Amino acid sequence: MTYLAKPKLHHPTLAKNQVGYTRRDYEGKISTLCAGCGHDSISASIVQACWELDIEPHRVAKLSGIGCSSKTPDYFLGNSHGFNSVHGRMPSVLTGANLANRDLLYMGVSGDGDSASIGIGQFVHAIRRGVNMVYIVENNGVYGLTKGQFSATADKGSKSKRGIANMDEPLDLIGMAMILGATYVGRSFSGDKKQLVPLIKGAIEHQGAAFIDVISPCVAFNNHAGSTKSYEYVRQHNEAVNRLDFIEGREEITADYDAGEVVNVTQHDGSIIRLRKLAGDYDPTDRIKVMNYLQQRAAAGEVVTGLLYIDPQAQDLHHHLNTVETPLNQLATRDLCPGAVALERINASLR
Amino acid sequence: MQLQAVNDFVVKFANVNGSGSASANELFARSILRMGVPVSPRNIFPSNIQGLPTWYEVRVNETGYQGRRGGVDLMVAMNPQTWDNDVKEIEPGGYLFYDSSKPLPKSKFRDDVNVIGMPLTEICNATYTDPRQRQLFKNIIYVGALSALLEIDPAEIEKLFSEQYKGKEALLQSNVKALRLGRDYALQNLSCPIGLTIKRSNNVGNKIFIDGNSAAALGAVYGGASVCAWYPITPSSSLAEAFIKYCQKLRVDPASGQNKFGIIQGEDELASIGIAIGAGWNGARSFTATSGPGISLMQEFIGLAHFAEIPVVLIDVQRGGPSTGMPTRTQQSDVLACAYASHGDTKHVLLFPEDPTECFELTAQAFDLAERLQTPVFVMTDLDIGMNTRLCEPFQWDDTREYDRGKVMSHADLESGRDFGRYLDVDGDGIPFRTYPGTHPTKGAYFTRGTTKDRYARYSEAGPDYVDNMQRLLRKFETAKQLVPKPLLYPAEKPARFGAIFYGSTSPAMVEAMHVLAEKGIHVNALRVRGFPFAEEINDFVANHPWVFVVEQNRDAQLKTMLVNEAKLNPSRLLSILHYDGTPITARYIVDQISQHAAARTVVPLKRVS
Repeated sequence: MTYLAKPKLHHPTLAKNQVGYTRRDYEGKISTLCAGCGHDSISASIVQACWELDIEPHRVAKLSGIGCSSKTPDYFLGNSHGFNSVHGRMPSVLTGANLANRDLLYMGVSGDGDSASIGIGQFVHAIRRGVNMVYIVENNGVYGLTKGQFSATADKGSKSKRGIANMDEPLDLIGMAMILGATYVGRSFSGDKKQLVPLIKGAIEHQGAAFIDVISPCVAFNNHAGSTKSYEYVRQHNEAVNRLDFIEGREEITADYDAGEVVNVTQHDGSIIRLRKLAGDYDPTDRIKVMNYLQQRAAAGEVVTGLLYIDPQAQDLHHHLNTVETPLNQLATRDLCPGAVALERINASLR
Repeated sequence: MQLQAVNDFVVKFANVNGSGSASANELFARSILRMGVPVSPRNIFPSNIQGLPTWYEVRVNETGYQGRRGGVDLMVAMNPQTWDNDVKEIEPGGYLFYDSSKPLPKSKFRDDVNVIGMPLTEICNATYTDPRQRQLFKNIIYVGALSALLEIDPAEIEKLFSEQYKGKEALLQSNVKALRLGRDYALQNLSCPIGLTIKRSNNVGNKIFIDGNSAAALGAVYGGASVCAWYPITPSSSLAEAFIKYCQKLRVDPASGQNKFGIIQGEDELASIGIAIGAGWNGARSFTATSGPGISLMQEFIGLAHFAEIPVVLIDVQRGGPSTGMPTRTQQSDVLACAYASHGDTKHVLLFPEDPTECFELTAQAFDLAERLQTPVFVMTDLDIGMNTRLCEPFQWDDTREYDRGKVMSHADLESGRDFGRYLDVDGDGIPFRTYPGTHPTKGAYFTRGTTKDRYARYSEAGPDYVDNMQRLLRKFETAKQLVPKPLLYPAEKPARFGAIFYGSTSPAMVEAMHVLAEKGIHVNALRVRGFPFAEEINDFVANHPWVFVVEQNRDAQLKTMLVNEAKLNPSRLLSILHYDGTPITARYIVDQISQHAAARTVVPLKRVS
C-alpha cells in the first residue's frame, strides 16, 4: 500500500494494444517495497502479460492475502478491483468471487508465508477444486514484513541473515500443486522476465487452476550467502526445462520450428504454448513423469523452472458445478426467486 | 388415579440412538396431526451415532401451544439404560408403557403410575427372523399399540405409510402388517383406551409442518442467495443440505439443465465464510450456515467483512456452549459472540426468528439487509427451532417484491460523472456506494482491504481518516435500526405492572406462560425482540413497566447485557429469567420463575372479575 500515486502523464506516442491501452494503463501505484525486491519484477511481468494479451484491465480481479507479496496487487492494474483479504485466506475469497462472476479473470497473488503456512489449507483446496485462476506465489523463503523469520519454503540448512540455519524441511508448493491436481504448473524466477511473461500469459488463458511459483529474492532479509532464495543462488542453480513462447488463439501460426526440439500445446481457447525443450525428453503433459523429474532435480539441489505441467483439456470449478453461463451476480429477482405459486405447492406438501 | 385428558397431554419416547425409532416416533406425531390435533414434537438426542439414549417428546395440545410444557403423561420406555430417570419424569396418575418381555422387579415401578406392559421383543422374535427387522418393526408395533391405547385412527397411519412408501409395495405391506400386529395385540390384551385420548378435531387449519433449518434454507432460495459455502456442524448441517435440495428443485435452468447456484462444502468454516465474502464482494447474494464453534472460527473474516463493508449472511443455528459444549442441545448463547464478533470496535446486525415461518421470512429479508447495509447480517436461530418439526403458519411471498440490491453504482452512473468514493457518505445514512468488479474501464475500481482507509478507499493511517470512517460505521448502524424488523408487542388482557422481553425460540413457551400467569392473576405485557440494533420501542416498553423480565436461554443473560449496553436500560429494572440446561425452556419454568419474582416484589395479583 502506498501514499504515492503514479503521475498519469505519459508520452502520447506510446504503443497501444488491440483494446486501445498503453502498457502504462496496466500499471498501478508506486511500489513501497524495497528497491530491488523481486516482487516488483513480477508485477512488471504481470503488467506486460496483460498488455500483450489485450486484456481490459477492469476485467481482472486481483486478490491477495497479507504480506509483502500481498501488497503487490496495488502496484499493477490500477483500474482493476483489488482485494487484500486476511492472512492466508485469499484462495477462499477468490473462489467465492469466481463463483459470483465467471466472466472476469481472477489473479491471486500470494507469498510463501501466506500460502505455505497460515494459508496452506486454502491453497490446497482452491487448487483441488479447479478454480479458474492464476495463482502466483512470490516465494522468497522469508517473512519480510515482520523482518526476517524463516517461512515454510525455506530450504533445510539455508541460513537467515543473522546466520541461523533452518532445521525444518521445506514445503514444496510445486510438488503439492502437482499432487493436488493443478492443471497448469510453472516455476520461474523474478529475474527472468523472458521466461515469466509467457508463463503468466499461458496461465491467464488456461481454463482451470493455474499455479506459478516464482522465486523472488528478498533483498532485505534473504539475499545473502547461505540463502537458497538469493539472486546468486537461483542464477547458479536454475535448471530451465523449456523456453516458452505464447501464441494467442486468434493469431495465425506462422512460425516454423524444428521437430523434436519444440512442442506446441494447444489450450481450450485455441491459444498455443510453444515449448522449446531444454531437458531432453521433458514432457509437460505426463504428470507422473514430471513429478519424478522434479524430485530428482530437487535432490540434486537444482531449481527447475519453466512450464512444468499442463493439462490442456482442463475444466474448471464452474464446469464441475454445472453453473449457468450467465454470471450468478447478474441473475435478477425473476431468475432467482421461484415465486408464490411454487411456494404454495411447497406449503401444500408440508401439510 | 388415572390422568384423563383429550387432545392435551405429553408423550415421551425413550429410545436407543440408531435403533430406527425416529421415523416411527415421527409417524406417531404426524398421525395425530392428520386427525386435526396440533402437536409439537422435539428430538432430544446425544452427540453420538449409535447406542446412547435418545428421546422424542410429543406435546399434543388442541389450543396449539408449541412450546415444551414440562412433565410427561405417557412414557414409552424402550431404553433400560435410562429407565429409572424416565419413570421418575411421569406425572402422578400418568402412564408407563414398556416392553414386558423380561420381568422387572416391583421396585422398578411407581405406585402412582399406571403401568402398561406389552411383550414387544417376544412378539417380534416370534414374527421375524431377521435381527434388523426384529428391531425396526418393534418400533412400528408400539406405534400400532399406541394407536389403540390413545384412539388414533389407524387409517391415518396407513395413509402416511402409503405416502412414504409410494411405489415400494413390499415395504408398505410389511409396515402395515407390523402396525396391525401391535394394534390387534393391544385391543385384545390391554385395557383400551387409556385416560389420554385423541379426538378428531379441526385445529390444524392450513398450517404447515416443517423444521426451521429447512425453512431458513427455503428463505435463502427465495431471498435470492446464489452462493452458499458451508462446513458440516450440528445443528446447522441440515440447513445447507436443505438448501442444496431446494436449489436442485427450484433453481435449475429448464432450458440448459444448468444450475443457477453455486454451493461449496468448504474445507472448514474459515474457507466457508471466505467464499461467501468473496461472492458478496462480487455482487452475488451469499451465505453460510454454522453454529457457535463455527462463528468462533469465522471471527477474523467477519471483522474484515464488517470493516471492508461486504454483504454476507450468516445463519447461526445455536447450540449449547462454550467450546464443544452440548453439540446436540439448544441454547441462545451466541448472542454476544455474534453481536460483537471479531476484534476491535464492531457491531453486527442480528435477526431473531421465533419459528420456521420466521426462519423463512427473516432469512429472505437478511439478504436485502446485508446488501442495503453492506455488512454481515446474522440470522440467530437455534437447535430447538432448526432441528425440530414445528406446526407453523404457511410461507407467503409477494411476487411484486424485488430484491433490494443496495447502493450499487452502475456503468451509467459512473459514466454520468457521479463522484465515486467507496466510503463516501453521500446520503448521510452512513451507507456508501459500491461498484462491482468489472463495471467500468476507467472509473469505479477500488482496493478492498481490512486496513484503514480514507473515503476514497485509499490506504490511510491518518487518525482523522480512521475516526471519520468509524463514525460513519456508527451512523450506518443507526440506519440499521430503522431497517431491522420491529419488536412485536404481546399485550396482556388486563393492565399489567410487569413487562417481559423475550426472543427467538423462547416464544411459544413464553406465550403459553403469559396465559397461565394471567389465570393466576399475574398479568404481563410482553415484547418480542426481532432484531439488533434495538428499536426505540424497547426503551418505551421498559419505561412503561416498573420491572421487566428478560427471558432467555443462556447463563449470563446475554440479551439483557446488550439491552443495558446498547439501549442504555437501567439494569436494576431488568429481571433475568434464565434457562440453560440444554433443553428448550418450558412454560412451566417461566411461570414458576415469574411467580417467584412477583411474590418477592409483594405484588398483589389482580383479582379475577367474573
